[in-house]
Amino acid sequence: MWSYALSRVVQAGVVIVAVTLITFLTLHMSGDPTYLYVSERASEQEIQQVRERLGFDRPLHVQYLTFLGGLARGDTGRSLTYRTSAMQVVLERLPATIELTLMAMFIAVVFAIPLGIIAALNRGTSIDGGIMALAMFGQSIPSFWLGIMLILFVGLGLAWLPISGHVPVIEPLLKGDFERAWNNIPNALRYLIMPAFTISLFSMSRNARLVRSSMLEVLSQDYVRTARSKGLPEWGVVMRHALRNAWMPVVTMLGLEFGFLLSGVVVVETVFSWPGVGRLVFNAINQRDVPLVQSAVVIFAGIFVMLNLIVDLLYARLDPRVRLS
Amino acid sequence: MTPPSVSQAAADPVANAPVPTPRRDALRRAWRSLSKAVWPLLAIAVLLVIMFAAVAGPAISPKDPNRQNIISRLQPPMVADRDGVVQHYLGTDGLGRDVLSRLIYGARVSLLVGFTAVFIGGVLGVVLGMTAGYVGGRVDAVIMRLADIQLAFPFILLAIMFLVVLGSGVLNLVLILGIGQWVTYARIARGQTMSQREKEYVEAARALGARGPSVLFQTILPNILAPLIVIASFNVASVILSEAALSFLGLGVPPTVPTWGGMLAESRDQLLAGRWWLAVYPGVAIMLTVLSFNILGDWLRDFLDPRLRGVG
Repeated sequence: MWSYALSRVVQAGVVIVAVTLITFLTLHMSGDPTYLYVSERASEQEIQQVRERLGFDRPLHVQYLTFLGGLARGDTGRSLTYRTSAMQVVLERLPATIELTLMAMFIAVVFAIPLGIIAALNRGTSIDGGIMALAMFGQSIPSFWLGIMLILFVGLGLAWLPISGHVPVIEPLLKGDFERAWNNIPNALRYLIMPAFTISLFSMSRNARLVRSSMLEVLSQDYVRTARSKGLPEWGVVMRHALRNAWMPVVTMLGLEFGFLLSGVVVVETVFSWPGVGRLVFNAINQRDVPLVQSAVVIFAGIFVMLNLIVDLLYARLDPRVRLS
Repeated sequence: MTPPSVSQAAADPVANAPVPTPRRDALRRAWRSLSKAVWPLLAIAVLLVIMFAAVAGPAISPKDPNRQNIISRLQPPMVADRDGVVQHYLGTDGLGRDVLSRLIYGARVSLLVGFTAVFIGGVLGVVLGMTAGYVGGRVDAVIMRLADIQLAFPFILLAIMFLVVLGSGVLNLVLILGIGQWVTYARIARGQTMSQREKEYVEAARALGARGPSVLFQTILPNILAPLIVIASFNVASVILSEAALSFLGLGVPPTVPTWGGMLAESRDQLLAGRWWLAVYPGVAIMLTVLSFNILGDWLRDFLDPRLRGVG
């Protein structure tokens, strides 16, 4: 177990270094990055001053090491639009994004698992066909369009849910104000439902298909047949024998899911004017605020890599075959 | 890269006689399977219509997609003018541009980017994956570690970062989306190559003097194409979704080129005023295209390789 864990940690470290290297190099791919920091009317002398101040005149490897050093201290340079630490700006927006992603993940899992099981148990019937057709639709709808349609018909047409806005839960929690966090929950949910559903539909559909095929595979195994032939009620066979083993692929998928959902937030937050990192990145794109985009990418990638690492380690603990192979 | 048996069959008159060759047989089976399936046939029909729109855009689009007309801006669909003639079947946008014409032109970018990016990703992935699987050892380790790194990184963020720095445009878009796809193909090509490497027909080819690339691409490739084609079909769907998302973020092609994602981005300003037609039609176009590729992929998978059921 320990050697497996160690090799996975090293691997995660390699990925993080690769991510920082790619992030660093992209800044330099368009030529001299100094021009991002000066106005178009700046004189050659001013440009040279800024170049020296930001260290862009030094050799590339020195700059990379400086960048890494800064990153270790949580410093990825100043945002061009906010005129303050880019990393700080991103971290302030992170709680809202985490709320949205967690809610999306909850929806994706809570609906996908029963749907997948029902489809598998009714294989070949119209119930199965209907669920799978819905899942196919769900995987084909662009998330941002779904968001726009929900705003148009559920938000504006039926006026059931608010079309934009955000009530914080994690942020008061972090500040230790548990009472405010608790009281905010009902209202926060009203604002969360539409954007979270929008992000989750694709994953929900994919998960339902995955649960179905995983369940079908398990249901055809000998031990399930044995359980049935012992005269166990079908419900007991499904819940106690089949489901337990159908979990494995689902667990792996959940780790990747969070990262996948996280990358979906950029578009969906923009649609719903959600005050998270996604919309921040969108605005940073329009203003070509490269340090801000870089900070967001590094943070997202970091979360993604850490989660994958945790899932892999948990998985190895649950299933000894993984660490032995 | 056609299988040798087929090129021989074409040259050999005996093989063209009623005796079914492998490929003829496959085509016949495909047709028989398709004629029984309603959804894949519908999907093919939809895709043919969209491809026709993309190719014949200038000939069939009712108006110039970029022609602005302030007087007739924000017209709802099917509104007749004073002479009782409907000028804009699907209405006009905030600049008075014809929505139907922009939809027709939008098909070009989606399909062009979808097919080209998948082609780039597919070729790159197949070459690297087959090399890794065939050569093995250190080459394999390096290629697969690269793949792991890329998989560990939320791709859309990487694409955003590159496009912000390098600037948008069809070429950059296609390159970045293409590079984003190679891992999927590489993993499958590698696994398949490893399982074929020691088979007798490969040894026979080697014994006849075939070397490296020739063994890989002339002998092995035709035998591992089926799963790759299945993946490619799903992949076109997901690339089209990514392209729409990037265009929506303003990172796709220049704003003068009509795209479905770009049209949706512009529709946001008109949302609160209830101008639904600007948001509904481009979304339906994307969904139909993506849905058709997904249905086609599903059918192809069941037809070509039933063992892959559940992969998508």
